[in-house]
Amino acid sequence: MLETLTTFLFGRLSLESFPYHEPIVVATFFAVMLGGIALVAALSYFKLWGYLWKEWFTTVDHKRIGIMYMILGLIMLLRGFADAIMMRAQQAIAFNGSEGYLNSHHFDQVFTAHGVIMIFFVAMPFVTGLMNYVVPLQIGARDVSFPFLNNFSFWMTVGGAVLIMASLFVGEFARTGWLAYPPLSGLEASPDVGVDYYIWALQVAGVGTTLSGINLICTIVKMRAPGMTMMKMPVFTWTSLCTNVLIVASFPILTAVLVLLSLDRYVGTHFFTNDMGGNPMMYVNLIWIWGHPEVYILILPCFGIFSEVTSTFTGKKLFGYTSMVYATVVITILSYLVWLHHFFTMGSGASVNSFFGITTMIISIPTGAKIFNWLFTMYRGRIRFELPMMWTIAFMLTFVIGGMTGVLLAVPPADFVLHNSLFLIAHFHNVIIGGVLFGLFAGIYYWWPKAFGFRLDPFWGKMSFWFWVIGFYFAFMPLYVLGLMGVTRRLRVFEDPSLQIWFQIAAFGAVLIALGIGSFLIQIAVSVLKRKQLVDLTGDPWHGRTLEWATSSPPPDYNFAFTPVIHDNDAWWDMKKRGYARPLEGFRPIHMPSNTGTGIILAGISTALGFALIWHIWWLAAVSFIGLLVVAIGHTFNYNRDFHIPVDEVVRTESERTRLLSGQV
Amino acid sequence: MSRYRAIALLPVMAALSGCNLVVLNPAGDVASQQGDLVVISTLLMLLIIVPVMALTVLFAWRYRQSNNTARYEPDWDHSTQLELVIWAAPLLIIICLGAITWVTTHKLDPYRPLDRIAADKPVPAGAKPLDVQVVALDWKWLFVYPEYGIASVNEMAAPVDRQIRFSLTASTVMNSFYVPALAGMIYTMPGMETKLHAVINEPGTYKGFSSNYSGAGFSHMRFAFLGLSNQDFDGWVSKVKTAGGSLDRNAYLALEKPSEAVPVQHFGTVDPKLFNAVVNMCVRPGTMCMSDMAAIDRAGGLNAGGKAAADAILRANTLAGFPDTQATGLCTVAEAVEAAANEAAVNSGAAVQRPTVTPISASASPAGPQRLANP
Repeated sequence: MLETLTTFLFGRLSLESFPYHEPIVVATFFAVMLGGIALVAALSYFKLWGYLWKEWFTTVDHKRIGIMYMILGLIMLLRGFADAIMMRAQQAIAFNGSEGYLNSHHFDQVFTAHGVIMIFFVAMPFVTGLMNYVVPLQIGARDVSFPFLNNFSFWMTVGGAVLIMASLFVGEFARTGWLAYPPLSGLEASPDVGVDYYIWALQVAGVGTTLSGINLICTIVKMRAPGMTMMKMPVFTWTSLCTNVLIVASFPILTAVLVLLSLDRYVGTHFFTNDMGGNPMMYVNLIWIWGHPEVYILILPCFGIFSEVTSTFTGKKLFGYTSMVYATVVITILSYLVWLHHFFTMGSGASVNSFFGITTMIISIPTGAKIFNWLFTMYRGRIRFELPMMWTIAFMLTFVIGGMTGVLLAVPPADFVLHNSLFLIAHFHNVIIGGVLFGLFAGIYYWWPKAFGFRLDPFWGKMSFWFWVIGFYFAFMPLYVLGLMGVTRRLRVFEDPSLQIWFQIAAFGAVLIALGIGSFLIQIAVSVLKRKQLVDLTGDPWHGRTLEWATSSPPPDYNFAFTPVIHDNDAWWDMKKRGYARPLEGFRPIHMPSNTGTGIILAGISTALGFALIWHIWWLAAVSFIGLLVVAIGHTFNYNRDFHIPVDEVVRTESERTRLLSGQV
Repeated sequence: MSRYRAIALLPVMAALSGCNLVVLNPAGDVASQQGDLVVISTLLMLLIIVPVMALTVLFAWRYRQSNNTARYEPDWDHSTQLELVIWAAPLLIIICLGAITWVTTHKLDPYRPLDRIAADKPVPAGAKPLDVQVVALDWKWLFVYPEYGIASVNEMAAPVDRQIRFSLTASTVMNSFYVPALAGMIYTMPGMETKLHAVINEPGTYKGFSSNYSGAGFSHMRFAFLGLSNQDFDGWVSKVKTAGGSLDRNAYLALEKPSEAVPVQHFGTVDPKLFNAVVNMCVRPGTMCMSDMAAIDRAGGLNAGGKAAADAILRANTLAGFPDTQATGLCTVAEAVEAAANEAAVNSGAAVQRPTVTPISASASPAGPQRLANP
């Protein structure tokens, strides 16, 4: 009787679900709890809860949502990196009969969580955050098309992250690798909650990603300032458009394939089981039809960042704007025609493998053209080696190596000997760190003064840069060597002692990267303390070329008091050249969307729904599902959706800017 | 300058010479062609990568802000000739690499029987390949030699310079069969069969392992691959034969249970139908073979007439010959037929007439069963 009741109330959740027997997890738990209590206490002491709720959690301002995405990405980076350094430590010591310090139950969760977190909850929030912040400013818009949806999307992404973090202390995470291939992720091989955490974390976050993609497409297509034709859009906006097209076209595939996997696990269907007509390889195909575009979702915005940075810091127009745009569009389309290169070794015929190998290589042509375009933008320029430009040069030198090994892996017979090896690991970290992450850092350093009105401290920035870049080479070049020695990925213990030195070098590289991350955090703290010295009052600290530099830093809520008119693809550069004078009168009230708490409430309920489904707490699932419907329908009756910023306030804001600008001169 | 660079590279070269880059320097002809391809493709791409890296450094240095002697053209953003070069140079490299890819992918297709056993040695006329059936179990490797009727766990042997024809599958989850010194990897998947052709050219003991993560015992899922002279191989076969131990269905079911870091085991006799039963997931008594199920479905299921087809399949099927087929739900062919017959009797009171049905063995032919006539 009691058992029935507890099963009804808690589903599969019991005291045994808490990993109190894993000392590493327990220590982490106490550290997180202490930190969390300190944070909550501080927020309460300084009475910041109301401020956070009113100004941040419920905000529909694309700039604040962008910043919150970046904070989410940064927090999850720390978690994902903790997983990375645990793996490096384990692999550096598990030799000569030593089992290392992680058992397989723990180690296998660590590498799965590392991949999932780094892609879905670090790279994606960073990329989405930058797009959210920058795109409306670049196209002269006041906000995105659907501001409430934007807030909701962000909180859904947070919901997914919360579920993954919960798996650390309640139950366990998947032990399947980051793409959770069945049959290993099926009910028979993985009966516990790990894969369910994986499924529902990605489903909840996936709703956010898809909606955010729709939102940004609408924004770019419909809300550009007058005169900004498609071929006058800044390159970052172009790459954002392509990225969001990719998101909208590919994330539904991920959602669908995870739905099929959940049906297999929850109601006993046989889509991906070994028997009863199921076919696990169908899952592998479907997930990579999402998965390959996903890597372009991450890299394309970074290509946009490099384009903006190169042209700004060389003081030159971007070389080959038109070919840059076409290259981006070609990559967007081709990214759907290459997915099979992730599993040449499945045993498809030679013609199928050749087709996908060659389409993969073809992608390197537009990508190569892009590299040349950046190169010739530097040619006959005046290069200022500020931090964003340093990251760009590091990217150009690093990414071509990753690109080369990528094309190599696209040759099927070569892939047969390198697939799943540490060579592959080195390759994709080479493009994701050397491409995406370096690009994100370039973007963060580039746009930080826009978002906060002061630059980041260059000394600690250079420390971080060199630790990261050198650390990257130490951490991943040994993996290329190990791959050529025939060492495969995801191994927990090793037999051949001659491998150990290479793993130790890689671990040393990971320590350098840790110092790079540490320097970055110190840099933010130091910059906040020194913000008076690092201040920028012009709103245009880098002699920028695109519209976001036309407004103040940080921009006012309404971005632009008057919608600018565009005549050139370097709109702000063109305005400056033609002696643009800021309008000082004739202001009118500005129509703006109102804040709402519905987004965070819906996401909170979705997270509860996910948790209930993971633990089979059916009553909670039913209640949350009904709750979702009620709140969503209730929100349609909320007519308090917009307001006007009165003229007085606009005038006050703009006169303050005038005062600051004249003080500068 | 170059001398200094050579000195700087010395430690790297020394370190690399100390380690065994087996992928680039293997002992089997297939792997060695694949390794050569890695080198050739890399060199081909370096043709463009090296100039790009050099130009990046050069431009970054030459056009730095403090260098006032360099030309500055802030509005120069287009050159048709340069654009042509930018797009044509990578295109040319990819045309070359694409051609190489097409040819080598077909030539080194793992399903394709070898036409040579070494660079200058064609496969001798009439030489029979060594068949090896591989099953990836949780978490060990089973090798069955149908020609010799023997099997071994976590140890595999092959004579040098004789073509090996692998047929591979797995018991529960996906793995990948990989002996870097021998040939590229191929997935092993439950309920499916993949193929691999290879040859080992130098005697020695090589490492084999799973190169696709498969769960808790994955790290220990290793085996020794022994490349032996003909004489030593015969010795190995007789050693395994005399080791005794019989791998029948029950022994297989015991072996199949998850275990880690399993020591080498030998079986002197093997049930010849075992591998087929593993592929069709019907080793366990009372389970219907996937091939039977597919054949029945193809004949129209258990609806009108399906029973006749099922009956025919039952009679013709090689796997149904296992003696211990027992009734466990609607799982066996016999049961399926019985159920269909009952249903037909209820419906029409007579056996259903069917047009020509060709009974075939659904599991034996690698090309898959022929189509059954379907009303």
